[in-house]
Amino acid sequence: MTHFLLLLVFAFFVSLAFAVLMRDEPREQLRTGGMLFGAFVGAALILGWLMYPLPI
Amino acid sequence: MDGRATTAEKARPRERGSVALLAVAGWAVPGAAHLWLGRRQKGLVFLIALPLMFAIGLLLNGRLFPFEPSQPLVALAAIADVGLGVPYLIAKAFGLGAGRVVASSYEYGNAFLIVAGLLNSLVILDAYDIALGRK
Repeated sequence: MTHFLLLLVFAFFVSLAFAVLMRDEPREQLRTGGMLFGAFVGAALILGWLMYPLPI
Repeated sequence: MDGRATTAEKARPRERGSVALLAVAGWAVPGAAHLWLGRRQKGLVFLIALPLMFAIGLLLNGRLFPFEPSQPLVALAAIADVGLGVPYLIAKAFGLGAGRVVASSYEYGNAFLIVAGLLNSLVILDAYDIALGRK
């Protein structure tokens, strides 16, 4: 498994749990979950890109 | 049946002992408290997703941390791990979760294990609020 795939799996589970906790209607859960998932992955990509020039 | 509680059920606060039992059930089996309260859809999602997340953490060579007060971060991670209840106890009984530090997925495994336990703690608090008629 690649690190990115693990990141996607992790983001999926956390988004799912938060969406189901926060919303009652399935449609709203799907919308919130999608937004959270996108935010997780987007933030990871942006932070990764920003950190790319930094030495290890 | 849509698996959701009626307005009357939502509004009716439960007795203190019943709520404590509910919280224990929710801790032991993720989603059990929501199922008990008639929130079937939410309960089933938690029942499947959280133990699955925990199992993935174990497969990724994550570690179930011991309670070591001398190492506060390790102790906090241990408390988070315990949050998943029976799956945690089963894993401990079978000697799983030893952790393999040299594995590339070790830190991911830890994140899955710790977050699964913490999410179950949030799930218990949510069920607690529902039982008291706050939600």
